[in-house]
Amino acid sequence: MTSLRLGRQQPATVGPGSAGVTVTGLRAGYGRIEVLHGIDLVVPAGSVLALFGPNGAGKSTLLAVVRGQLRPTCGTVTVGGLDAVRTPTERLARAGVCAVPEGRAVFPNLTVREHLRLWTYAGGAGVGEVEAATYERFPRLAERRHQLAGTLSGGEQQMLAISRALVGSPKVLLLDELSTGLAPLVVAELYELVAALAATGMAVLLVEQFVTTALAVATQAAVLVHGRIVREGPPSQVADAALGDYLSG
Amino acid sequence: MSDFLQYTVFGVMLGAGFAIAATGLVVTYAASGVFNFAHGAVGMVSAFLYWELVVHDHVPVVLALAVVVAVVAPLGGALVERVLMRRLHGSSAERPLLVTLGLLVVVTGVATLAWSPTVTRIVNPLVAGTVRVAGVNVEIQYVVTVGIAAVVAVGLRLLLFSTRTGLALRAVVDDPELLAMVGASPDRVSQLGWMLGFALAAVAGVLIAGAQSTGISIAALTLLVVNSYAAAVVGRLRSIPATFVAALGIGVLESYANGYAVPHLAANLQTDVPLVLPMVFFFVALATVPAARLRATGRLTTVRAQRVVGSHQAALSGLAFAAVVVLFALAFAGAQADGTTVLDLGGEVLALGIVGLSLVLVTGFAGQVSLSPFAFMGIGAFVMGKVAGGGSLLGLVAAVVACGLLGAVVALPTVRLGDLYLALATFAFADAVASGFFADTHVFGSGGLVVGRLVLPGLSFGGDRAELLLVAGCFLACAWLVLAVRRSLFGRRLVALSDSPAAFATLGLDVSVTRVVVFAAGAAMAGLGGALYGTVVGVVGTSDFSVFAGVIFFLLVATWSVRSVSGALLAAVTYVVLANVWDNGLGLVAGVGVILVARTTSGILGAEALQRLASFVPGSAGPSGPAGEPGRVDLREPEGSFSLGGESGGVG
Repeated sequence: MTSLRLGRQQPATVGPGSAGVTVTGLRAGYGRIEVLHGIDLVVPAGSVLALFGPNGAGKSTLLAVVRGQLRPTCGTVTVGGLDAVRTPTERLARAGVCAVPEGRAVFPNLTVREHLRLWTYAGGAGVGEVEAATYERFPRLAERRHQLAGTLSGGEQQMLAISRALVGSPKVLLLDELSTGLAPLVVAELYELVAALAATGMAVLLVEQFVTTALAVATQAAVLVHGRIVREGPPSQVADAALGDYLSG
Repeated sequence: MSDFLQYTVFGVMLGAGFAIAATGLVVTYAASGVFNFAHGAVGMVSAFLYWELVVHDHVPVVLALAVVVAVVAPLGGALVERVLMRRLHGSSAERPLLVTLGLLVVVTGVATLAWSPTVTRIVNPLVAGTVRVAGVNVEIQYVVTVGIAAVVAVGLRLLLFSTRTGLALRAVVDDPELLAMVGASPDRVSQLGWMLGFALAAVAGVLIAGAQSTGISIAALTLLVVNSYAAAVVGRLRSIPATFVAALGIGVLESYANGYAVPHLAANLQTDVPLVLPMVFFFVALATVPAARLRATGRLTTVRAQRVVGSHQAALSGLAFAAVVVLFALAFAGAQADGTTVLDLGGEVLALGIVGLSLVLVTGFAGQVSLSPFAFMGIGAFVMGKVAGGGSLLGLVAAVVACGLLGAVVALPTVRLGDLYLALATFAFADAVASGFFADTHVFGSGGLVVGRLVLPGLSFGGDRAELLLVAGCFLACAWLVLAVRRSLFGRRLVALSDSPAAFATLGLDVSVTRVVVFAAGAAMAGLGGALYGTVVGVVGTSDFSVFAGVIFFLLVATWSVRSVSGALLAAVTYVVLANVWDNGLGLVAGVGVILVARTTSGILGAEALQRLASFVPGSAGPSGPAGEPGRVDLREPEGSFSLGGESGGVG
């Protein structure tokens, strides 16, 4: 299965019913500064695409487009069967696109439990189910259920953020720099969960600066430098060559 | 003893009214991060609408109340969010603030046109009659007010903590984009915050109007809400319980002060003190609220750099300006227009221009919203008129010094708290000075205070032409000073401070001292403008320096450009021309103007089209050149980054 294609060819696996992520000829940026200069990629259901790249390569910009937050200047983006260019972020979220942005994706002034109640906005599960699933997966969050998210440790905040993917069976999971500022053990725990989620048939697009843990989980990998995908393929191959791309880029 | 109970009961009722209004402010702030300056105006319009329905159209009370509170006010809130606020997303906190100020003057302006102030309108209490409790007659209206306040308090608590919508309301300010990723529409949630805020303002407006036994007035009802500002400040614009308790406390204290202390004061103070009390509470609240921690703003909004006018260009523009003034003085000698000479109007413009320059310094460079330019201006004129019989150089100096000192006193309690609090404090200060000091017949006298023309040793500026040239000289000096400050190290400090107080502090610079110094300097300059204004118009009166007039002038400067000398001058021209041609329309023009330019930040003169035009004629656009630098790459947002130090965060 070719899960990712480069250049300007038409991706093979696109169809209106495709539940994953399909990006074609994408150009996007801020004002007059173009950040992405033509991106094509496909993440079918059940696969994990790890996207690496140095600072400023456009990784987060790409994810902002895919989750419907940034309007591209040209190109098409289909995510979870919906057109991400025209669908507002919240409607994508309710249609099964679970996006965890960079940084600590929690509300500092709400408690853990209040967060879990908010997660029901995405639909598919009641607050009881969300709590049960989250506390089962992350017992530490159960201990802290009445604590404000702003007072949690970085790892706990990231657990809380990703707990959104645990219920309601989202079709697409978009993860931006999950590992930033976390201890290696916590990163390993989170990626274990990512692998488990992907095994349920979710399409996962994850962005990292460079993390071998992420490569272990990925079924495909790609390297983004200066707004272009410069390398793609199986994770093992990409891993060997990627550092060279960073340095030359 | 029965007096005490009577005052307490009245105070609790008053406080309950404030509490309803204040929680409305807090809810809107929590859900949108915007402090709605038009909150009082919303309550005022609701009260008038209610009067219109009940007294004029004989609609049943319950129906009228439902229409005003449950239909008109929420619709208005939804509309304001959708049309005015949503387009400002991602911009700095200062622009939504300007828009709500614009809304305030537009709404009061329209209300003045719609409901003539000459008619007496009495809003009856929702429920008439009294009950006797513990030997005291308690009006049923009081009980109703307190009951509604309790319902509001419990209802809001339940909404915010026990419903999913309430959680979204508390979450949206911290991270609207994340809320969208969760699956809730941040726009809808903010809109709900505005609808709730407007509805609560309407409830408070109708209830407070029912307690105004002598009839409702536009200005009084709008400004009554200053009390609720104070309560909201105690709650740090966040905590609803603290806001509630503070509002009740303020109501009771105000009732005691009016009941026990005021009757023993001198006759003229008996009317002044009650009007100044809200401001006293407000300043006590400011002084007691714990300081906000400086926090780095997550993203930078400034992208286009501001052009600094060089000394050569400033000198050339100054010469051109001087030439224009001299030609103007020669052309219009003695021409009469309504008893005021055209030369006098020119002098008024230039004196007001100096007040505008003080705003360029304080708001344009240092990023502090100052809503009391006219308070300092009026005090400057007052000092000028009183010292040494008026018209003396000593008076001019005294006016500058007095206003500078007063400015420092006003700024001191607020600098710890951030710029939103300074905006609020200046508003409260302007209100207190206008209603408690200028309105006193002893201050300006019933026929106004004669200031007299300036007499310097050996020189007299008795003639209109000489007077005009004198004021023009002062304007030039102030303009030169403002531009020199911008070029200086201190000027760079001011810009750094307005860009990021946190970064400023990490450089080892003192945020508080810088803020106080610049605000005091601005106040002194406004005082100078006021003193000169007094010498130009000859007689100054109560109505010249109202709080609304000051806000209107501030908005005019913001509309033209708060960052350039030309903006200050054009605002002064606009103000003087409109005041003479269409007085009632001043608020409408200023409010609509600032709402229209709210997205372009630098005002009309900072607009991109004008910048491009200016780049073809370097150094020759207007007396001091345009505000921005042409030809720079414009990223995402145009320049302009004030970070108002209000806290984001949940409602607790």
